[in-house]
Amino acid sequence: MPTLTLVQAVNDALKTAMRRDPTVIHFGEDVGPKGGVFLASDGLTKEFGKARNFDTPLSEDGIIGTAIGMAMNGLKPVAEIQFQDFIFPAFDQIVSEAAKLRYRSGGQYTAPMVIRTPYGGGIRGGLYHSQSGEAYFCHTPGLKVVVPSTPEDAKGLLLASIEDPDPVLFLEPKALYRQVKGEVPEGFYTTPLSTLRTVRTGKDVTVFCYGAMVPVCSKAAEQAAEKGIDCLIVDLRTLLPLDEEGVLEAARQTGRVVIVHEAPRFCGFGAEISAMIAENIIEYMEAPVARVTGFDTPFPNTLEHHYMPDARRVLDAIEHVAKF
Amino acid sequence: MRASRWPTVDLAPDGGPWDGMIPHSMPTHSESSQAVASRSATPSPEVQRSLLVDMLRVRCVDQRMLKLQRAGRIGFVGTALGLEAALVGAGRALEPRDWLWSGLREGGAALARGMPLADYIAQMYCNANDTAKGRQMCNHFQHKGTNYPSWSSVIGTQVPHGVGAAYATKLRGGGEVHSIHFGDGATSSNGFHSGLNLAAVWKVPAVFVCVDNGWAISVPSSAQTAAAGFAAKAEAYGIPGVTLDGNDVLAVLGGVSAAVARARRGEGPTLVVLKTYRMLGHSSSDDPTKYRDQAEVDAWAKRDPVELFEALLLSQGVLQAGERAAMEARLFAELDLEIHTQEAAPPMALRTLVEDVYADVPRHLRQQYNRFITVAERLGHAQKGDGAFPL
Repeated sequence: MPTLTLVQAVNDALKTAMRRDPTVIHFGEDVGPKGGVFLASDGLTKEFGKARNFDTPLSEDGIIGTAIGMAMNGLKPVAEIQFQDFIFPAFDQIVSEAAKLRYRSGGQYTAPMVIRTPYGGGIRGGLYHSQSGEAYFCHTPGLKVVVPSTPEDAKGLLLASIEDPDPVLFLEPKALYRQVKGEVPEGFYTTPLSTLRTVRTGKDVTVFCYGAMVPVCSKAAEQAAEKGIDCLIVDLRTLLPLDEEGVLEAARQTGRVVIVHEAPRFCGFGAEISAMIAENIIEYMEAPVARVTGFDTPFPNTLEHHYMPDARRVLDAIEHVAKF
Repeated sequence: MRASRWPTVDLAPDGGPWDGMIPHSMPTHSESSQAVASRSATPSPEVQRSLLVDMLRVRCVDQRMLKLQRAGRIGFVGTALGLEAALVGAGRALEPRDWLWSGLREGGAALARGMPLADYIAQMYCNANDTAKGRQMCNHFQHKGTNYPSWSSVIGTQVPHGVGAAYATKLRGGGEVHSIHFGDGATSSNGFHSGLNLAAVWKVPAVFVCVDNGWAISVPSSAQTAAAGFAAKAEAYGIPGVTLDGNDVLAVLGGVSAAVARARRGEGPTLVVLKTYRMLGHSSSDDPTKYRDQAEVDAWAKRDPVELFEALLLSQGVLQAGERAAMEARLFAELDLEIHTQEAAPPMALRTLVEDVYADVPRHLRQQYNRFITVAERLGHAQKGDGAFPL
């Protein structure tokens, strides 16, 4: 099995999908001969030609709007939004159109498409190259929201997203693009959506995380283990539709829960996990749920390493719920 | 990019940017330009008569729907009174394999292309026969069989959809053309800009049909742009733009057919502006007397598209006196039969609340529905078939 970085796994997934299915096309800003600003589409134009991997004008609304029409007329479009921060001109097309098409048409028309976009902080990108907007989209029935954290999952989940009959927002943690490496199976395989990944088993505290927070939480768990606290780490990897039963089961196992995301806290994804636990399994809980998140501020630049949860902040929360 | 045979011409005498409340200007002639007219022979008498029937159908349907709305039988109507020539002429310019991407008032065009009347009326009732399962408010038609996709109420969003679908056609080497409709207000939307720009850059088989009916709810076309008419915008995208007399069904049919043929030849998209007038309010909920001058409405009433076309056919002996009344009687009979059928149809099953959000109903939606149905059953609101999902 080859060892790939996360962004190489994304590239491998795109090539795999485009080789096996001539209706799969990939397009966006600077994704053509340049191969994308992070090289996720490196070599695609060379192998598949500029009709199937191409640069668009600078028009996020147009990229997503046309992707919907392509999907309605037999193609499987994979559209890249260069940074998730730039997705908002297309918010209308995603929320009003792609997400609602199947429902409003009574199933007569659908938009099976994938929107790939690098998200999250950690590259000194400032306010507009760093945001984590997953909560906006998780509030939209009809969408699927997927976040890988390993190269193997990046390929398997992206291929599953391309196969999926509904529109998928595929959020790629850009901080991990070259930070993580791992063995990735060759050829076609899928990792089922709406399933959780147990990163580490443990009996004392359950930590829910996704994307770039997974390695942060793993590091915190190692430090917690040295202090005698045994953490169960769950990578949510599909945020919508979420495997709610799996989340509740993992929370019940320890009765102590920490939720970690880099997005702002207020109305963040962690609030939903916390509410689910309170509504369904409060009687199993030994401690209040703790959230470790970004601040309720715009994303900073020079202080981003303080804004984003790190292992020390996560460890502090783990110790807090463990000792409660 | 611009084809020399298709110069940007503005056929209606717009006279430059409009000022304030200057009335929505009317074309003073019903002839289309040489460039357009030369591409279309006059249709046969039979085709001309069928065009009249299609226009009358739009009018008859509107009359009945307004009546039903006022009687409280349906919720909402957006009529096409005054737009019959624009809708029927543009719709009939397409082949069955072509797609019509809808603006707000294209129901009449869809009927002219073969959408069954039953689908139309069922959608107005939002009943169990509605192919959209009663999920959209009235007037939001669709018909997959004639390539007439579902559309949303968000203005202009369908423009890039049609362009993307046209890209798919081009990639496949298919011969179908995508006719993308929208109103004057939509020319200010994001979708108009991104759609026209991408269509021109990709040179896809699309036609943009702007039905300029003078009013975007209460805002006149003169307040929508400072450009010399909407067709002038085409030049910025590097495509041809033409304005046609939207109240002249033959001019519309000829002009749109020429643009469709051009797209089918692989020469790229055209913007066609159909200058016409919305005779009634934006919808059954709108009172246009609050914002527009009756004199303007009266002036346009003199150029009623149905009256104009009827007079033309009578003068040419294609239609005999009294035939229009007979045509209308047949249309009303057909319509009233369908209304009675749809009036009796049941409402949608409660389960449709959570179906079609995704291909399969996910567990969390099955749970939400099951909690709801427990209460609905207790209160006697549930019907047969509304029962809980297996978890």
